[in-house]
Amino acid sequence: MALRTLASRKTLAAAALGGARPLAAARGVATVALPDLPYDYGALEPAISGEIMRLHHQKHHATYVANYNKALEQLDAAVTKGDAPAVVQLQSAIKFNGGGHINHSIFWKNLKPISEGGGESPHQKLGWAIDEDFGSFEALLKKMNAEGAALQGSGWVWLALDKEAKKLSVETTANQDPLVTKGANLVPLLGIDVWEHAYYLQYKNVRPDYLSNIWKVINWKYAGEVYENAVA
Amino acid sequence: MAAFASALGILPSPPASAYPQQRWLRSVTREQRQGCRSRRYSKVVSYYGLTTPPYKLDALEPYMSKRTVELHWGKHHQDYVDGLNKQLATSMFYGYTLEELIKEGYNNGNPLPEYNNAAQVWNHHFFWESMQPEGGGSPEGGVLQQIEKDFGSFTNFREEFIRSALSLLGSGWVWLVLKREERKLSVVCTQNAISPLAFGDIPIMNLDLWEHAYYLDYKDDRRMYVTNFIDHLVSWHTVTLRMMRAEAFVNLGEPNIPVA
Ligand SMILES: [Fe+2]
Ligand SMILES: [Fe+2]
Repeated sequence: MALRTLASRKTLAAAALGGARPLAAARGVATVALPDLPYDYGALEPAISGEIMRLHHQKHHATYVANYNKALEQLDAAVTKGDAPAVVQLQSAIKFNGGGHINHSIFWKNLKPISEGGGESPHQKLGWAIDEDFGSFEALLKKMNAEGAALQGSGWVWLALDKEAKKLSVETTANQDPLVTKGANLVPLLGIDVWEHAYYLQYKNVRPDYLSNIWKVINWKYAGEVYENAVA
Repeated sequence: MAAFASALGILPSPPASAYPQQRWLRSVTREQRQGCRSRRYSKVVSYYGLTTPPYKLDALEPYMSKRTVELHWGKHHQDYVDGLNKQLATSMFYGYTLEELIKEGYNNGNPLPEYNNAAQVWNHHFFWESMQPEGGGSPEGGVLQQIEKDFGSFTNFREEFIRSALSLLGSGWVWLVLKREERKLSVVCTQNAISPLAFGDIPIMNLDLWEHAYYLDYKDDRRMYVTNFIDHLVSWHTVTLRMMRAEAFVNLGEPNIPVA
């Protein structure tokens, strides 16, 4: 995940402007930055339109990043002051916006243009583990499609690895809750955004079509690497 | 009551329906032939029908596009109706009114399977009637007085409504409700399908904050959507009628002490 410190960014900005060093720079709150996509906005067409990708990245993800950073700065100020009610009050904004940043950062890596190997089913260890835990790769897709379609409101459907039990499972989380809220041992191998903003411009109310098409651009190689690192 | 009625007098068109429920039950007659006997049985089964917004689908342009209403009403709302009817075919809730179903089905925060569809059918119907072409502006008469009493001013109410709508994380609804106990108007947000009916509040108007409600027209700009709703779409006419009905359950006046 792209991490950089507010200190360096603000210091650079301050230096460039010849202005005074901002207060936050002295403390160096570690903020996050919007990661670049590893492909062009239009590279996932026709499965996901370029317009959706652009808005999703430049507007939605960027807003989670901005609001998360804002909440972190407010948290830092509240902690410094010892303002307990303010610290507690910030938790929902941190969970929502921080979760939004975490989830989308994973999501972008889960996708890949078809020309670069997107949609190629998992091989080796992850492939075998899927067969063992779900019966077959097709059975896993069916399960994720069904759980994703049934999710009420906004949220995510995940292929999760319990790194202690070394077992795969399908999980859903509401809104921007990251997978870790479902269990401390759960590692996200694959997360699919089922917020309406992820598909509405193209698929309208038909979420199941979005879900069945997204498999064409899933980066199973990445999921396999995460899996192998986690079980190693 | 008199105050609301006087506000009503200056408003142009009559409501689509002050008692929507009467239009909600659609009857289907199913004829069955039983075994070898020639006697015909007639069984009446009632399911919910999709109610129509009280205006043309393009009447809310440019603040809500025809395409948005077509999909939102014709697909999303319809899907909730179909989903509910499918469940009711084998449900203990068959024959309940929607309000009863929503109250019972909420099950103290552990919603039963029928709850989501039932609440969304109700919420959407209520939403279509919360809007009108040439809506927005400021309410008048008793509604305005009540808003001023409970929010300080109409401007305060408008700001609180927008702020509250923007603070909802994820999908859901923002509502103007009448609180029974406190006997005052209040702005509340609910997640996903949740209806304030389950908490005993009386809904006065609502705005859909699911992304499907605004994404085609406003993309991620929920603020613009909410602002246009309150400035140009909300039907203060409907609000007035609903306040009049609500007053049958909540006494909003000063305590009336009988003299003798
Ligand atoms: Fe998203
Ligand atoms: Fe809706």
